[in-house]
Amino acid sequence: MNIIGKPRRRVDGRAKVTGQTRFADDLTLPRMLWCRLLRSHLPHARVDGVDTAAAAAARGVKLVLTGADFPIPYGILPVSQDEHALAQERVRFVGDPVAAVIATSEEAAQAAVQLLAPRYTPLTTISDAHDALATPAPQLHTYAEVGNLHKRVGFEFGDVDASFASAPHVFDDSFFYQGNTHLPIEQHATLAAVDGDGKLTVWSSTQTPHYLHRALAKALAMPAAHIRVIATPNGGGFGGKSDPFHHEIVVAGAALRTGRPVKICLSREEVFYCHRGRHPVDMRLRTATDACGKILAMDLETLLDGGAYGSYGVASTFYTGALQTVTYEIPRYRFRGARAFTNKPPCGPKRGHGTPQPRFAQEVQLDKIAVALGRNPADLRLEQLCKPNSLTANYMRVGTIGLGRCIDAVVEGSRFRERWGKLPRGRGLGIACSSYLCGAGLPIYWNKLPHSGVQLKLDRSGGVTAFCGATEIGQGSDDVLAGLVAEVLGIDPFDIRVVTGDTDLGPVDLGSYSSRVTLMMGNAALEAAGRARELIASAVAAELQLPVARLGFAERRVFDLEEPTRGLSFADAVIAAETRHGTLGTVGSYRPPDSAARYKGGGVGPSPAYSYSAAVIEVEVCPDTGWLDVTQVWIGHDIGRSLNPASVRGQVEGSVYMGLGEALMEESAFRRLPPKRSDALVHKFPSLLEYKSPTTREMPPCTTYLIEDPDPQGPLGAKEVGQGPLLPIMPAVANAVFDAVGVRVDEVPITPEKIVRALEEAARGRPARVGPTGFPDVGWPEPLRVAPPWEGGDGKAANETPRRPRPDKDAKDKQVPR
Amino acid sequence: MRAPSFRWHAATSLADAARALAAGGPRALLLGGGTDVVPAIKRRQYVPELLISLRQVAELGRLEPHGASLRIGAGVRLGALAADDRLGVGHTALRRAAGVVASPHIRNVATLGGNLCLDTRCNYYNQSLEWRRAVDYCMKAPAGVALAAPAGGTCWVAPGSPRCWAVSQTDCAPALIALGASVTLVSAEGQRTLPLADLYRDDGMTWLTRRPDELLAWVDVPAAARSTYWKLRRRGSFDFPVLGVAAAVELAGDVVTAARVVLGAVASHPVVVPTESLLGRPLGDDAIAAFAELATRLAKPLDNTDYQLGWRKRVTRAYVVGALRELRGDDPALLGVLARRQAALIPA
Amino acid sequence: MPPQPQPPQPPTAGSKVVLTLTVNGEAAEVAFEPHKTLLEVLREDLALTGTKHGCELGECGACAVLVDGKPVLSCLMLALECGGASVTTVEGLARGAQLDPLQDAFADLGAAQCGYCTPGILVTARALLDQHPAPTRPQIEEALAGNLCRCTGYLSIYQAVEQAARKAR
Repeated sequence: MNIIGKPRRRVDGRAKVTGQTRFADDLTLPRMLWCRLLRSHLPHARVDGVDTAAAAAARGVKLVLTGADFPIPYGILPVSQDEHALAQERVRFVGDPVAAVIATSEEAAQAAVQLLAPRYTPLTTISDAHDALATPAPQLHTYAEVGNLHKRVGFEFGDVDASFASAPHVFDDSFFYQGNTHLPIEQHATLAAVDGDGKLTVWSSTQTPHYLHRALAKALAMPAAHIRVIATPNGGGFGGKSDPFHHEIVVAGAALRTGRPVKICLSREEVFYCHRGRHPVDMRLRTATDACGKILAMDLETLLDGGAYGSYGVASTFYTGALQTVTYEIPRYRFRGARAFTNKPPCGPKRGHGTPQPRFAQEVQLDKIAVALGRNPADLRLEQLCKPNSLTANYMRVGTIGLGRCIDAVVEGSRFRERWGKLPRGRGLGIACSSYLCGAGLPIYWNKLPHSGVQLKLDRSGGVTAFCGATEIGQGSDDVLAGLVAEVLGIDPFDIRVVTGDTDLGPVDLGSYSSRVTLMMGNAALEAAGRARELIASAVAAELQLPVARLGFAERRVFDLEEPTRGLSFADAVIAAETRHGTLGTVGSYRPPDSAARYKGGGVGPSPAYSYSAAVIEVEVCPDTGWLDVTQVWIGHDIGRSLNPASVRGQVEGSVYMGLGEALMEESAFRRLPPKRSDALVHKFPSLLEYKSPTTREMPPCTTYLIEDPDPQGPLGAKEVGQGPLLPIMPAVANAVFDAVGVRVDEVPITPEKIVRALEEAARGRPARVGPTGFPDVGWPEPLRVAPPWEGGDGKAANETPRRPRPDKDAKDKQVPR
Repeated sequence: MRAPSFRWHAATSLADAARALAAGGPRALLLGGGTDVVPAIKRRQYVPELLISLRQVAELGRLEPHGASLRIGAGVRLGALAADDRLGVGHTALRRAAGVVASPHIRNVATLGGNLCLDTRCNYYNQSLEWRRAVDYCMKAPAGVALAAPAGGTCWVAPGSPRCWAVSQTDCAPALIALGASVTLVSAEGQRTLPLADLYRDDGMTWLTRRPDELLAWVDVPAAARSTYWKLRRRGSFDFPVLGVAAAVELAGDVVTAARVVLGAVASHPVVVPTESLLGRPLGDDAIAAFAELATRLAKPLDNTDYQLGWRKRVTRAYVVGALRELRGDDPALLGVLARRQAALIPA
Repeated sequence: MPPQPQPPQPPTAGSKVVLTLTVNGEAAEVAFEPHKTLLEVLREDLALTGTKHGCELGECGACAVLVDGKPVLSCLMLALECGGASVTTVEGLARGAQLDPLQDAFADLGAAQCGYCTPGILVTARALLDQHPAPTRPQIEEALAGNLCRCTGYLSIYQAVEQAARKAR
C-alpha cells in the first residue's frame, strides 16, 4: 500500500494551521441578524406566559419567539420526542430555553432578552437520581415509565443466581461515576438562511447533520427536501454536538420568518446547558469467580441520572450493560439498568457512551479480585479474554481481538510484572483494559437503508471529488475518505477534493458518533473507489490491449504491472474511461451485518467489530495530603490497521488526555441551595476556569503501542480509535492509587480529598475505601431471559412481551432505540 | 459574551488618572491590564459608566531601587516582573507569586496593581448575571451588580451570616506582605503610604481600605534573606490559588531573627500569622510543626472555591511545613510530590 | 412573583471610535464601539476569523494573538487599548505561500485535530521560538500552559514545536 499505513499530513491539515477552516461562527452573510435566548432561571416550573412587548419594542429587535411558535416536539431518539425548540408549558432545568430575540446585533438581542418577562409557577426540584426515586411526583415527563424513572431495562443470560450460589468466590462492590462534559473548545454556533428559491440552508457545528435534517423537517413541519444542512467542521465534538439542539431549530425558524440570515453562537455557559454529557451512574457489580478468579457469572445494576430530557438516554442506559461481555468471557450475565429524570441539563453520549462507568466498575473489581486471590492483575485478565470470532452471552459477535497483545505491550513497557506491588509507598502502578464498538449495528431510527454512502465524481481533468455525509469533527474523517480513495485509485490524497457533511451534496452518512465513520464510511468509500477503478481499468486495458488483472494503480499512473513504464497518467486514464463509459460517477454504500441478538433491546451493543485497549498508569500519591500525580501512561490499542498512524496516535493520546481529566478532576457538579431558603439547583461552575480541564501541566508522558490485527469487517482491516482508548484510563488510575497507598476510591473523579478520606478510614480500622455503600431499591421488573449460545439459546428471549403501545408516538416512531 | 457600553478615558498621567477618578464618581472603574475587570464587566458584576485606562500612565510602569527597597509601579506586568533581573534573591517570594498567577498569556497583560486590588472571589459571585439570578443573587451583588456596602441579599456561603465571605485570591499580596512591603495610594487630594497588610480588610464586600477616589500607584518592597511562595491550585495553570503560603525569614547563623508568614485564599483578606514562636531559635522540625498548627487554626477556608474546605485546611499545614523547610534549606527533592507542584521549584 | 431587581443600565450605545490598528503588518483604519474587544474587532470588523474564541473570559487561550510580539488573550483586551501596537494573528504567520515552519510541523504531525485551539497555540509557539529558538520540553509546556486543547493531549503539539525548532536551525 502506498498511502495507507504511513503517517502523513491529513488533507484538512493546511486549512487548520492557516486559520482558513471555516467553523460555524466564522460565517457571516449579508443582512444577517443575531439571535439570543432567554433561558429559565428556575430548575422546575410551570410556564404561565412570557411578556414579550418590551423586548419586541426594543432598539434593533426584529422578532421575538416563544414556545407557541414551536409546538412540534423532537428528540434524537424516536422513543423520546420530548424536546421543543422553546419551552411549552414547563421548564425543567436552569438553562432550559424559553424565548428568543432576533435583532440586528448580538448586543441588541442580548439587551432585549433582559426585557423579556417570563411568568413561572415553581415546582418541586429534583436534584439527582436518588431524589427522583423518592419523588415520583410531579413527573418531569408523563411518558416516563414510572414516576420520575424514564426507563428501566433488564436482561438475564443464563441462570445467574445458580452460578452465584455454587461459586467459590463472590465479589460485591458498589461504585459511583460522576457526570462530566465534553467541553469542545468551540462553542456551538448555527447560521440559517433562506435561499433564493425559498429553501432553507442551515450551517451548524453538528456531528449529525442527517439527524438535524430530520429534526428540522419535523419541528418546522417542512419537507426535508427543502432543507439543506451543512455541518461545518466541528471545533471538537466528543458527542456533545450529536443531538438536534434548540438553538438550531430556533434560528432556522427565525430565518424562515424574517427572510434574513440568522446566526447564534452560544456562550460557554450555554454550552454547559446543552450538555448531553456523561451520565452520573450508581452501580452495583456482583461477580462470581472460581478459585483462580475466572469469572463464572456477573450481575450488574446501574442507575443513571439523566437530567431533564431523553436525549440518547435510553440508548445510554442499554450501553451501561451491553458491552460488559465483549472483553472477558462471562458465561452468565444479568444486567438491570434504569435512568431517572432530574432537573439538570440533559445527559447523553460522551466519548465512550454509557460504557466508561461500568468499565470502571468491572476493571476496579478485577483488581480487587486479583489482590484478594493473590493473582497478578495482568495474568488474571490474560487468562480469560474473549475468544476471537465468538458470540458472547448476550449475543454480541466478536471478531478479531488484539487485546492480549495490547496487554503484553503495556506490561512489558511499564515492567508491570517486576514493579507492581513492589514500589515504595506513595508510588503505584495500575492496569486496566477495555473494548469499544466500531459503529452501532443499527441506526437510531429503524430502517434497512445504508448507514453510509460515498459518491465519487471523476472527470477529464483527472480530478476526483468524493462526496459523503460524514462530518469532520477533528477526528480526521475527511482524511480517511481521501486516503482510502487515493489508495485504490493510485493517486495522492491531496489530488482529491472532499465534500462532506452537506445533506444536499453528499449521500447520507448517519454522523460522527459511536466510532462508526472509519468503518462504515470507509467501507462505502472502498466500494465506490473500487467501482471507479474498474471503469478506469477496463478503459485502460482496452487502450493498452492488456488484461485488467495486469493493471496497477500507483503514483498517479495506471500501468502494466509486468512492464511498469507502459501506462497512462491517471488523468489520461480518466479521459479514456470517460470516452468509453460516458460521464463518470460511482457510488458505494455500507450497512452492517445483521445482529445475532434477537431479543428486544438487543439492538444496542452489536457492532461489525470491536476495538480493544489496555493501559498501565503510574502514579505518585502524597500519603499526607492525598495529592495525586499521574507520572506516566502506557497504552496499547488494537486498531486493526492504522489508516493514517499520525491520526491514530493523536486519537489515542487525546483519549488518554480526556480519560485523565475524567479520572482526576472533571466533574459536572451542581449546587442545591438550602431547600428551606431556595428551590435553586444550579450548575456549580459552568465555566472553563472552574470546570477543570487538564492543561499542559497535567499531561504526563504517554507511550503508545498500536497493535495491528486487521479485522475483516473493517476497511483494509481498520477498527475504531476515537473512543476505546479513553476507557481503561479511569480504572487504571484507581488501581494505581491502590498500589501506591493501599486505598480504594470507588468513585470518579479520584480526588485528593477522597484519597485522604480513605486513608483516614483505614487509620480508624475501617475499610480503606471511599465510595457508595449500597445501591438503591429501583423496583426492578422481571428481566428478559435469554439463554446464552452455549446453553442452547437462539438469541431470543423466552419471556418477551409484545411492545407496549405509546399513545404519544406516531406509528413509525415506535421502534426500540439503537 | 460581550461587554456593555461605557465611556472611555485614557489617562495620560497619574494626576490625570486621579482627577478622572475623582470626577467619575462611584461608577468609574480603573482598567489596569483588564484581565479580571473585563470578565467581570462581561458577566455584569460591574456595569461601569466610565472606564479609565491606565495603560499610558508612564509613572505606573517604573521599576527601580528606592533606598534599600525596590519601588515597583502598579502598572508593571506580572510576567515582566517575574522575569525582571532587578528582583534579586531577596525578592524570591514576589518573583514566584507573580510567576504563577493565572496563565502566561494573562501575565503578559495583568498588572501588579490589579492583582493587589483583585476583587474578592466566590463561586456564587464570579458567575454571569443569568446564573446569579438563578440563586436570587447574593449579598455582594444583590441586584446583579457589586455594591460596596450591604444592601440586603444572602451570603450563600453562610446563609445565616450578616457578612460576605468572598475570598481574597491574590497571589502577590501574601508574598509582598511577607516581604514587608508598603503601598502608596494617590488621589487628587494627595498621596499616602501604608503597610501593604493595612490595605486589606476582612470583609468580602469592602476588601480594601482604598478610598474610591484613590488609585494604587506603587509598592516599596524590602528584600528578605530568604523567602518563598507556595500556591495550591488544581491545575498548574489558569487557576486562582485556593491556598497561598508566603514566608520570609532572616537568619543569624541558623537562628531565626525575623519572620513573616502570610496565608492567602483562606479568608477575605491575606492572613498574617504571628511568628513569635519561631524567633530566637533554629527552624527545627518541632518549631515548624507547632507553627504550622497555629497557621492551620487561622485558616478559615469556606465552601466557595475549588476543593473541599477541610482538605484545604489540611494542606495549609503541609504547605506551611513545606515552605519553612524550604527556607531552612531542605533539598526540594525531599519535600515530596506537593512541592513539585510549585512551578518555581522546577527549573525550566 | 416579585419583580426581579434590574441592574443599572449602561449608557446607551455610544458612537464608534476610529482607530488605526496594525495587524499582520498592515495598518487598517477601523471604526468600532468602545466596548469591543480586540477579538471582536479582529473577527467582525477586520474579517480575520482565524482567531477563535472558546469562552470570551480569558479561560482557554483559543483567542491568543501576539501584541508587540507577546501572546495575549484578545478576548480580554479592549481594542481601544491596542492603538499603536503591532498585532499578529494566525493569518500573519505565513510568508506569502510559504507556511511558517510551525504550521508545517503542526499539519504534518497531526498536532491540529479539530484545529480550533490551533491558531492560538501557533502564535503562542511562534513567540516562544522567537525568544527561545531551541526550547526545552518544560519551556514548551510552560509557554503553552495557557492554551487548552481537548483533542490532542498536547503531546503531538510538543513534538511539532520541537520539529519546527529543529528545522529552523
